[in-house]
Amino acid sequence: MWKTILRRVLVMIPQIIILSILIFFLAKMMPGDPFTGLIDPKMDVNTIAKLKQEYGLNDAPWVQYLNWVKNLFRGDLGMSYTQHMSVTSLIGDRAQNTFWLSLVTIILSYLFAIPMGIIAGRYKDKWPDQTIRIFNYITFAIPGFVAYVLALWLFGYLLNWFPTTGTVSVSVAPGIFNYILDRAHHIILPALVAALISTTTTVQYLRTGIIDNQVEDYVRTARSKGVPERVVFNKHILRNSLLPITAFIGNVIGALLGGAVMIETVFSYPGMGKLFMESISQRDYPVLTALILMFGILAIVGNLISDIVMTIVDPRIRVK
Amino acid sequence: MEKPSDLLLDIQHLHTGFRLKGKFYDAVDDVSLTLRKNEILAIVGESGSGKSTLASSIIGLYDQKNTRVRGDILFNELNLVGLNESLFNRIRGKEIGMIFQDPLAALNPLMRIGAQIEETLYYHTKLNEKERKTRVLELLDQVGIPDPVRISRQYPHELSGGMRQRVIIAIAIADKPSILLADEPTTALDVTIQAQILDLLKDIQDETSAGIILITHDLGVVSETADRVAVMYAGQIVEVAPVDELFTNPLHPYTRSLLESMPQTDVDDEELHVIEGTVPSLDKMMTDGCRFAPRIPWIDATSHEEEPILHEVSPGHEVRCTCYRDFYFKN
Amino acid sequence: MSLIQIKDLKIHYPIRSGFFNRVTDHVRAVDGINFEIEEGETYGLIGESGSGKSTTGKAIVGLEDATSGQIIYKGHDITKASERRKLKYNRDVQMIFQDSMSSLNPKKRIFDIIAEPIRNFESLSKEEEKKRVQELLDIVGMPSDALYKYPHEFSGGQRQRIGVARAVATKPKLIIADEPVSALDLSVQAQVLNFMKKIQKEYNISYLFISHDLGVVRHMCENLAIMHRGRLVEVGTREDIYHNPQHIYTKRLLAAIPKIDPKNREEHKAHRQAVEKEFLENQDKWYKNGRVYPLQQIGKSHFVALPQDKLEGGR
Ligand SMILES: Nc1ncnc2c1ncn2[C@@H]1O[C@H](COP(=O)(O)OP(=O)(O)OP(=O)(O)O)[C@@H](O)[C@H]1O
Ligand SMILES: Nc1ncnc2c1ncn2[C@@H]1O[C@H](COP(=O)(O)OP(=O)(O)OP(=O)(O)O)[C@@H](O)[C@H]1O
Ligand code: SF4
Ligand SMILES: [Mg+2]
Ligand SMILES: [Mg+2]
Repeated sequence: MWKTILRRVLVMIPQIIILSILIFFLAKMMPGDPFTGLIDPKMDVNTIAKLKQEYGLNDAPWVQYLNWVKNLFRGDLGMSYTQHMSVTSLIGDRAQNTFWLSLVTIILSYLFAIPMGIIAGRYKDKWPDQTIRIFNYITFAIPGFVAYVLALWLFGYLLNWFPTTGTVSVSVAPGIFNYILDRAHHIILPALVAALISTTTTVQYLRTGIIDNQVEDYVRTARSKGVPERVVFNKHILRNSLLPITAFIGNVIGALLGGAVMIETVFSYPGMGKLFMESISQRDYPVLTALILMFGILAIVGNLISDIVMTIVDPRIRVK
Repeated sequence: MEKPSDLLLDIQHLHTGFRLKGKFYDAVDDVSLTLRKNEILAIVGESGSGKSTLASSIIGLYDQKNTRVRGDILFNELNLVGLNESLFNRIRGKEIGMIFQDPLAALNPLMRIGAQIEETLYYHTKLNEKERKTRVLELLDQVGIPDPVRISRQYPHELSGGMRQRVIIAIAIADKPSILLADEPTTALDVTIQAQILDLLKDIQDETSAGIILITHDLGVVSETADRVAVMYAGQIVEVAPVDELFTNPLHPYTRSLLESMPQTDVDDEELHVIEGTVPSLDKMMTDGCRFAPRIPWIDATSHEEEPILHEVSPGHEVRCTCYRDFYFKN
Repeated sequence: MSLIQIKDLKIHYPIRSGFFNRVTDHVRAVDGINFEIEEGETYGLIGESGSGKSTTGKAIVGLEDATSGQIIYKGHDITKASERRKLKYNRDVQMIFQDSMSSLNPKKRIFDIIAEPIRNFESLSKEEEKKRVQELLDIVGMPSDALYKYPHEFSGGQRQRIGVARAVATKPKLIIADEPVSALDLSVQAQVLNFMKKIQKEYNISYLFISHDLGVVRHMCENLAIMHRGRLVEVGTREDIYHNPQHIYTKRLLAAIPKIDPKNREEHKAHRQAVEKEFLENQDKWYKNGRVYPLQQIGKSHFVALPQDKLEGGR
């Protein structure tokens, strides 16, 4: 099993290399160069040429690529054109914010989806299932954007239950505990809405899994052993139905990152998603490149996590 | 004859119906059968004749809402029909073990072999965990699995079909049940493995004196293993006889047609006998008269009985209706 | 001359293992087999699960690439796809599968299922096409209103007959029948087997009849080959194999067939177990390091895979 996992991790390396090459050359094609943000417009052409020479911009593309990678490892992603600070530190803070938002969203999403899936599967075609189905139709049909704006308007402005911007209030009372509480208060509304509208696939998978597994031969075998129905459900039906969901976790992570762009913009939550939108509108290419690279790597890692989880929970794909 | 205490199962007028479009149709229609200790009772019939339905009625595994079971299934004076679930769970596995056809599908793909056997011991014995583990190894050994320690830690997909079927048998016999229901236990297997599995069932029987109901559509298997045979057609039993008697003196037209359609080993028959038509589907089943009559249309209608019932023609040999006397093959 | 000749056919599948997933070994699914099928004959290929029967069949229709060896049809080696195209080989050689449900497209009507191979090789007008399909349905004894129905509306035996109709649609010379009746009930099996025989006479078709049921093969085949571990252990006529089996594996298969003879079942069992014991305990005598020996001729039509010395000493 460990071998499979390790091999799977190794497979990731060429994926990331290819990704980085793609992104690097994509970035090259964008207008501007690493010090467009640094230099003074009045600087004379010769100095620029000299600087270019110094920074290796006249080197062969692959040399430039290698340098770029080297810098990457040193944590040097260049300077932001607009913010006058290094991309690394700019993204650093934002990434942390996005991480917490995503984590809370994932946890909430499963917290809603799993019980809903179980109830829907167990009481197929009865009222609980039908209620959940209606809920699913609604959350699936509403575009994310509309849901976020609606929630923001209702709970943020109208009811004033939650803050409408940022990650922490300016006026937060001193003390680490208060600080955490305040951050949570900022996270909860966007996370809750994102979680609610992301339950559909999980609920559907779990529901069909439970319904399908109920008539599987091995479930009949368990019953023929005289195992009580409650145990048959938990140990055989439910356990086996959760399997495809664990495999889905990678996709969920990917989807969340995509969703982050919209959520963060609507809630003015300073994470990577919002940064992404800002850098597009301000044509801040170094930031954009770095963000695309990060999103790409995260997607690959998400897949990796899915595969590893699958290898651990499903004995059929464990290779000796 | 046998002592009355030998009687394990006494099925009387069993009707098992499924709900189709709001109406119930009997897939098992007025079946009466007995099973004794140390006996192998074979049930043969074509696909759709109700063999599996009969087995699942006995062990009480059917969709309660869409199935209607009437009649009596007496197990030591206890009527299994309508028995409440928690009582039934004490009987399933403990008193009645079941072996299924598809050995891969019948095992949980995510559970180790050992755990799947142990589960039944957990619910039916007072053994502690260590004793259960020991018993699992014992059982694996008994069903002829080499290296039980290693196999007990493996998963179903790591075993061959024959091995998996042995595991299923180990599960079924774990609590030494007095009745074993085997629903086509060898249909998915090679002939060589089939022979081994059938021998194994017999060995187990010698040891535990269990009564075995062996469901199959292979007349060869019947002839090699059964003591008594019940032939089913369209939900009804058309003939019951001791195994020798059935093969030397088959009476019912259906039994005779089945035997006739087997490729004979010693004759180079150019054309095999074909039974005309097909088994009707549940909702098209005739409700009165003889269900087999449409498949032997050349037999004069006046030969058929209106309400054929089982008659005993010699000790232990029963045939549905009497007009089998007039039956002949077309050519 | 025979219709098709299989010459030293090998099909090996790579086994990948180790850390870098390199090819470390091969599954010798088919490991050097020879046989030929005459025009209009039914040739039996028998063996247990995993012995390589289906792989052989697939290689003959071109669904599986040969690792080495030749398949000679009309004087050409058709293991190459280009030769197959040139000879219109895929029109002449068809396949019937074991599982009729999964081999018939559930979304297509019977008419289209049967017409498909015709459309691939001939251009008939709509009228002619319909007439052909109707004829075919007639041959396999299906009512003509079956034309516009879907596979799930038929029973297993009927579906298998539809499979037969599709296979004979292009008037093939050879049909590979891979366990065509294994999933069927006795009386339905009889029906399908009868049809196969009838069609054979009508069109002079050859069959490669793949099965693990020695009873059925005996009914269908004049000549047969017993396959084990990717190789042939015994080849001969029905007479040779059933009345004078020489290889322990053949004997073992024969001994395992359930017999309709309840009075003598104890004897069968004793015989079966004696053969099994010989098979298990004397592997070295019958196999060379687990591999089947090359075939030796021991009669006009009878070949068996034994070492030279065993032949003389053993008979
Ligand atoms: N759950 C069910 N709901 C409705 N009809 C059913 C159900 N189970 C079985 N039937 C029908 O009852 C009849 C008997 O089925 P059963 O499975 O008992 O036959 P069988 O003799 O075991 O056949 P096979 O040899 O194919 O296993 C068939 O017509 C079948 O379609
Ligand atoms: N695509 C494949 N890759 C690797 N191994 C394969 C592949 N296909 C078949 N094999 C192996 O080749 C061997 C022969 O398989 P084949 O399907 O020909 O057997 P068979 O005689 O038809 O058996 P059955 O009666 O089960 O159909 C088996 O050991 C099988 O596991
Ligand atoms: S009435 Fe009797 S003979 Fe006629 S078909 Fe029925 S059982 Fe057979
Ligand atoms: Mg059945
Ligand atoms: Mg095969």
